[in-house]
Amino acid sequence: MNDSSEELLKTALYDLHVELGAKMVPFAGYAMPVQYPLGIVKEHKHTRQNAGLFDVSHMGQLRVSGANAAAALETLMPVDIIDLGVMKQRYALLTNEQGGIMDDLMVTNAGDHLFLVVNAACKQQDIQHLQQHIGEDCEIEVLADHALLALQGPEAAAVMARLAPESQELVFMTAANLDIDGIACFVTRSGYTGEDGFEISVHNDDADRLARTLMVQPEVEAVGLGARDSLRLEAGLCLYGHDLDQQTTPVESSLLWALTKSRRADGARPGGYPGADIIMRQISEGVTRKRVGLKPEGRMPVREGAVVIDADGKEIGHVSSGSFGPTVEGPVAMGYVAIDYVAVDTRLFALVRDKKVPLSVVKLPFVQQRYYRG
Amino acid sequence: MSTIGFSEDHEWVVAEEDGTALIGITDYAQEQLGELVYIELPAVGDELDKGDAVAVIESVKSASDLIMPVSGEVLEVNEELDADPGKVNEDAMGAGWFMKVKMNDSSELDDLMDEATYMQSLD
Repeated sequence: MNDSSEELLKTALYDLHVELGAKMVPFAGYAMPVQYPLGIVKEHKHTRQNAGLFDVSHMGQLRVSGANAAAALETLMPVDIIDLGVMKQRYALLTNEQGGIMDDLMVTNAGDHLFLVVNAACKQQDIQHLQQHIGEDCEIEVLADHALLALQGPEAAAVMARLAPESQELVFMTAANLDIDGIACFVTRSGYTGEDGFEISVHNDDADRLARTLMVQPEVEAVGLGARDSLRLEAGLCLYGHDLDQQTTPVESSLLWALTKSRRADGARPGGYPGADIIMRQISEGVTRKRVGLKPEGRMPVREGAVVIDADGKEIGHVSSGSFGPTVEGPVAMGYVAIDYVAVDTRLFALVRDKKVPLSVVKLPFVQQRYYRG
Repeated sequence: MSTIGFSEDHEWVVAEEDGTALIGITDYAQEQLGELVYIELPAVGDELDKGDAVAVIESVKSASDLIMPVSGEVLEVNEELDADPGKVNEDAMGAGWFMKVKMNDSSELDDLMDEATYMQSLD
């Protein structure tokens, strides 16, 4: 990773981050705030108790349009896009020929186009992939001139109601074009923290003003990528490149829920996406390993890459994400273990600095998700 | 009379005339690390060499090492850090001490910086 901030890309909120005293770090080619003076633990807790404002403009925002856009996208993902209602949002996965996950993303039916939010590190690959496979069937536009802000937490709805009353009509995984304090925004009620909240797409020219308008609301504090990671891990949500990758299928990663019924073997439009044979076979015959929640005993964090062993010392998996959960007030992790060990309460060990740290397989999430479903 | 020295790795050492020394991390170090969530200390009786990574200091985001600023035998560790690692954030130079050692070679103290030099090195 290049750490020379001069060569890093800056989001539209860069000056605001610096002004707020953020610690800026290189992330996926961007200079991003990992934390503000409040610190990761307090930022995390503030988001769970009030509302946190995140700059996630490094993520890729794409517009896919044309009469066949939904059908075209379905050829690349095991997810129902054709029947996705107007202003409805869905979690989706791009798969490769081996059934591995190329990226996880959000797809929203914005009426005259599909709005996609993809991972920063996968952005170039995804654009190329879409151009190559469906570029002739639809128009793919990269919204490089748009910022993406996330307002997350139990007080997010009250903040939004004050600035854009129509936001109250949104429920989890729905979208609207809203005026926030006079600024045109495309808003979805979703996020990456397990809390109720909103993601707001806004033109770069208006992003700073919008962020400052949100920041002066009494419930809101700026929250960096450090707390974003601990929040999503407590919520049991996957981080691409860590919990998901090209070598791991949706069945192995316990994301079967994301594979819409209509695209399964007995559905209306079965298969027809890269790796479908492998994924459908895994659904019917099972897999040899799976992603599970792991709760280490004691206080020592067990981090990504730690080897997981059984009581006999046999290596049976690894930790894919691990940290200290400020809300849980203890270490939290998830990882991949061999299929014989996926049952909840299975007792295992992680190797940390040559020491055996006992841990148990647990049901995810660690902190109950509190989405607003109306 | 006790003397205080600072290492380039941001540890402090308060050495007593009887050859014992208290070791911790500096206020600057705790601030850089952020809120600490776990500290793994060596065991009483451990013989530690100067330059060894002897304790692990974990924040939400990452794990860092405490690098032994002098060599010696561990006489006592601050067990309160087990339950409350935040003590280091609150009072790095006092209640947040890590361990007390019996130094092997007090001349190693000469390699440490005095407070003024250390503070200057942070600029």
